[in-house]
Amino acid sequence: MNGPKTLEQAEDNWHTTMGAAPPGKPILYRGKDMFADLHDISWFKLIMFGITGRDFTDNQIKLFEAIQVITVSYPEPRLWNNRIASLSGTARSTGILGTTAALASSEAKIFGNQANILAIDFIRRAKDAIKNSKDMPDFVLKDLKKNRAISGYGRPLLNTDERIKPLLNRAKKLGLADGPHVALAFKIGDFLSSSRYKLILNASGLSAALMADQGFNHREYYYATMLAFSAGIIPCQIDAANQKEGTFFPLSCNRLNYTGKNIRNW
Amino acid sequence: MTKPQEQITTKIWHEEPENDNPFASKTSYCSGYDVYGDLLGKVSWAEYIYLLFKLEKPEPWQAALLEGVAIAIANPGPRDLSVRAAMNGGVGGSTAASCLMAALAPGAGKNGGAREVYQVMRLWQQCEFDLALWQENLSDYKDEQKVEVWPASEHTPGFDPYGASCATPVLQTLEHLTSIYPQGALAYLTKHRATFETSADCPLGMTGVIAAAFTDLALSDEQAEMLFLLLRLPGAAVHSLEQKKLGWRKYPFFGDGLTLTNDPGPKQPKTTIQEAP
Repeated sequence: MNGPKTLEQAEDNWHTTMGAAPPGKPILYRGKDMFADLHDISWFKLIMFGITGRDFTDNQIKLFEAIQVITVSYPEPRLWNNRIASLSGTARSTGILGTTAALASSEAKIFGNQANILAIDFIRRAKDAIKNSKDMPDFVLKDLKKNRAISGYGRPLLNTDERIKPLLNRAKKLGLADGPHVALAFKIGDFLSSSRYKLILNASGLSAALMADQGFNHREYYYATMLAFSAGIIPCQIDAANQKEGTFFPLSCNRLNYTGKNIRNW
Repeated sequence: MTKPQEQITTKIWHEEPENDNPFASKTSYCSGYDVYGDLLGKVSWAEYIYLLFKLEKPEPWQAALLEGVAIAIANPGPRDLSVRAAMNGGVGGSTAASCLMAALAPGAGKNGGAREVYQVMRLWQQCEFDLALWQENLSDYKDEQKVEVWPASEHTPGFDPYGASCATPVLQTLEHLTSIYPQGALAYLTKHRATFETSADCPLGMTGVIAAAFTDLALSDEQAEMLFLLLRLPGAAVHSLEQKKLGWRKYPFFGDGLTLTNDPGPKQPKTTIQEAP
């Protein structure tokens, strides 16, 4: 039993290498002086440095940005997370409340962060386990049977993913499309799409493979993509805030399909 | 032919519109009961919450148990991680919703939060009243998913990793709730608490008691997680309002508490935090 000793040692005693902003002293960010070393860094590069502690080349940063721009930055107000921002806008809530609530809900199972973290875990495990093309079907099918789905493959509503082509083209132009995880992701996609499961490689799967090739583990990838949806979310909030209050897809009473108990008295 | 309008399917709520406005409800029914014409003024808050979650009228003991839980966890106090988050919103003058959202984030966690309650609910489903199975699971707790958005568990859920002995409010809550329903999970936990604590190598925590109560109320793991989040918000609300009024000058900033271990300046680190033996 640990008991309270750990907390006693920790009281008023937080150790960190991440940084601090003490009044009148240099602001340190992961050991670097904010104004001397980082003052001209791009916001996205700073975020990636903050998450990993690593410096990335300009092309790597362009790839990370491309993944977020091409795959999830859609101001489509009907998408489930974006719709939260639209509802907040039409309800005349604040921009940050709507945006952060929509971002929080981007940690979803059928899309977004819960799916992404599993997608990169899958392709990294697959890369470690599959030594030759003969091993591949066995590994993939075992995983599919165990988890009943493979994150990064298949897509709700559609049987194609229009985001694959532009993202791959962008990665090729940056010279970052030739890694082993990407190659394996496509091989698995070919196998699964021609199998009876008809699962295509989706943008989440390609993004995960691209990031795995850049040395991201599942936790770093999770943090790196947390804000990804924001570029689509914020315009949805603004749009609804700019239109007449309460007019974003209002529902009349008869839009409830009640399937519960009959009317009764308490 | 016009396409049928999409609808929200629900067993919880039914509405009849006003004659002059299809967007205004004249009568609202919760699981068949007229909320404003029948329930209002007749049912207690605990009975209504029970109805919302379970879609049935509670037995008196079920309403009493839920009310006991609601009071026990309404305010975990200003040192609690979720309440502290809410107060940080308050002292900075943040919006009311952001204070509650702030409380929900740490209050959702695996360390004393709603995810821990979810984990204990899962244990009740798996172990039921099999003491050997409980001992096995508590002595070597393993997360069900290796990779998930939640961080890996660092202690056996339902138990206090930094407790010296079972805290008095936890014991008082367990005793009170067990007295309301003395033949289920709560009673089993009361009877075997010492064995459980030995297996977990930690004293019982509040999440363990509440999960047992929610098990006795036959809530699902997801219902329990949600209800735990909801019922702990009153404390977050009032403490954030109080600190908003008092202001940031009277609120801890931990001015001398932070040590940058890679600071190039002269400050020397204090003692390093180590696991106690």
